Amino acid sequence: MTKVEAVIQTSKLDAVKDALHEIGVEGMTVLEARGHGRQKGHTEVYRGREYTVDLIPKIKIEMVLADDLVEKAVAAIESAARTGKIGDGKIFLTKVDDAIRIRNGERGESAL
Amino acid sequence: MKKNLILRWAVLILLISCCTPLKIAAQTGGTSPQTASPSSATPATNADSEKLNARLTAVEQAAADAKSSADNAWMLTSAALVLMMTGPGLALFYGGLVRKKNVLGTMVQSFAMMAVVTVVWAIVGDSLAFGAGNSFIGGLHNIFLKGVGLAPDPDYAATIPAQTFMVYQLMFAIITPALITGAFAERMKFSAMLVFLTLWSLIVYDPMAHMVWGKGGLLNASLGGRFPTLDFAGGTVVHVTSGVSALVCALYLGKRLGYPKQNMPPHSVVLSFVGACLLWVGWFGFNAGSALSAGTLATSAFVATHFGAAAAAVGWSGAEWLRNGKATALGAISGCVAGLVAITPAAGFVTPMSALVIGLIAGVFCFWMVTKVKGVFGYDDSLDAFGVHGAGGTIGALLTGIFASSVINPIFKDAKGATLPSGVIEGNAHQLLNQTVGIAIAWALGIVGTLIILFIVDKTIGLRVSEEEETQGLDVSQHGEEGYYWETSA
Repeated sequence: MTKVEAVIQTSKLDAVKDALHEIGVEGMTVLEARGHGRQKGHTEVYRGREYTVDLIPKIKIEMVLADDLVEKAVAAIESAARTGKIGDGKIFLTKVDDAIRIRNGERGESAL
Repeated sequence: MKKNLILRWAVLILLISCCTPLKIAAQTGGTSPQTASPSSATPATNADSEKLNARLTAVEQAAADAKSSADNAWMLTSAALVLMMTGPGLALFYGGLVRKKNVLGTMVQSFAMMAVVTVVWAIVGDSLAFGAGNSFIGGLHNIFLKGVGLAPDPDYAATIPAQTFMVYQLMFAIITPALITGAFAERMKFSAMLVFLTLWSLIVYDPMAHMVWGKGGLLNASLGGRFPTLDFAGGTVVHVTSGVSALVCALYLGKRLGYPKQNMPPHSVVLSFVGACLLWVGWFGFNAGSALSAGTLATSAFVATHFGAAAAAVGWSGAEWLRNGKATALGAISGCVAGLVAITPAAGFVTPMSALVIGLIAGVFCFWMVTKVKGVFGYDDSLDAFGVHGAGGTIGALLTGIFASSVINPIFKDAKGATLPSGVIEGNAHQLLNQTVGIAIAWALGIVGTLIILFIVDKTIGLRVSEEEETQGLDVSQHGEEGYYWETSA
């Protein structure tokens, strides 16, 4: 099992979600997040005073997938979320030890 | 039987004439000889001419009543509009500009003026500002509104009840101290603010209003002041005094914690936007209402006000666009307020085209004051009460002396009653000096009065909230509530 965490542009959420559904991803958790990578935000000016807004609104998608689905999911996210400009986001993959379904105590991949 | 019928007709005509008084009013001047002519053609009995006289008197009274009602309707509307400028107008405008944790604390400062200044005005303020007194301040003859009844006071406004004039002026007394709150936003104790602004209203506002508008006032242009200053609706009385006092407050209190290093952008330009638009609308009551009647002068002031605001919005936005590459919403609404401030003394004295020029100059000038000058000197005039009201009021009062036109408002007359030129462009170069005297007195009174009151309040109850309270925000620390309470569970 692998945990896939993808930080993407807020405007790309629907496209990414659809692409993931298409390849058979069944569950995901979506978070509204703020952050920055190399993009470093933008400046706003109020009555001549400049403010740097370096934490930009982003969407973070979290899901734990069976290993055979991971590469397909990565490809789906990449193609759906890519604009080619700075700020498109990142994908992180982490090995997951176990998963438990709270309703009935199922464990492992069948709990996903 | 026939005589009875004629009498009934006469009554009917009289009734109609009371119902359509304006038309009759227009006619009485021209046609009264005509109504009298039948009596000269056929010699009338004493009883007939008496009846005619009684009717004439009734018609004249009806005409006067009608004008009075019309003026009173506009003045009551104007008074309500000016109150709307403070709440919700100014409260929203300032409330949006502060950080989220101070939104209520800031809005309630404006609201507190609506309540507290009203009480003070009823007890003593109105008497100090508009009662008979010396050149600098009114007396105590009218405390508790003694003698301020429903009959007009012809010295101020002959066609509206004295109480209408009183309540209209009260709305000005409310908004003026409320404007200052922009300078000490986010850091003054609620208690200190109440005491400071109440004293300020008595020590700075009332004398200034008396000098410019009160009978016998030093600067009064229409009631024989020593230095007749043209200030139609309060450029010096309202905006210069409040703006300059705001600067003194900002300097005396010092900067907010973290200023200027920490980001302190407005928490909601949306609120400020709504507030500024309400200010624009309310300002018609402020300026056009200052005609104190519903006639042509009110129209002239109304048009000038609108043009000044529009031109200043264009001026500020244009300057901003050129300098920063973008025109902001906050810039546009700030420009409009700056224009409204600058046109305040001038409306009712200047032509529509002069109003455009005044607005444009004020928009660019205040943009420069707020974005450049404030940064150079480094004072924390948090919401730019000085940059907009002090600077805009000063430039507006000066430009009034230049652009004032006797065609719009023949305020200066010689001994024979002939109209004299008003402003510099018309050839009255002296007026710029008078305006400067008015402005200088407003600056001096604002600086000295504010310093004294701040010192007293500082040494007794203290001015600033503690550091913890400032960090926590005024909403929670001063009022025990929050402007935005987000529920964390469903």
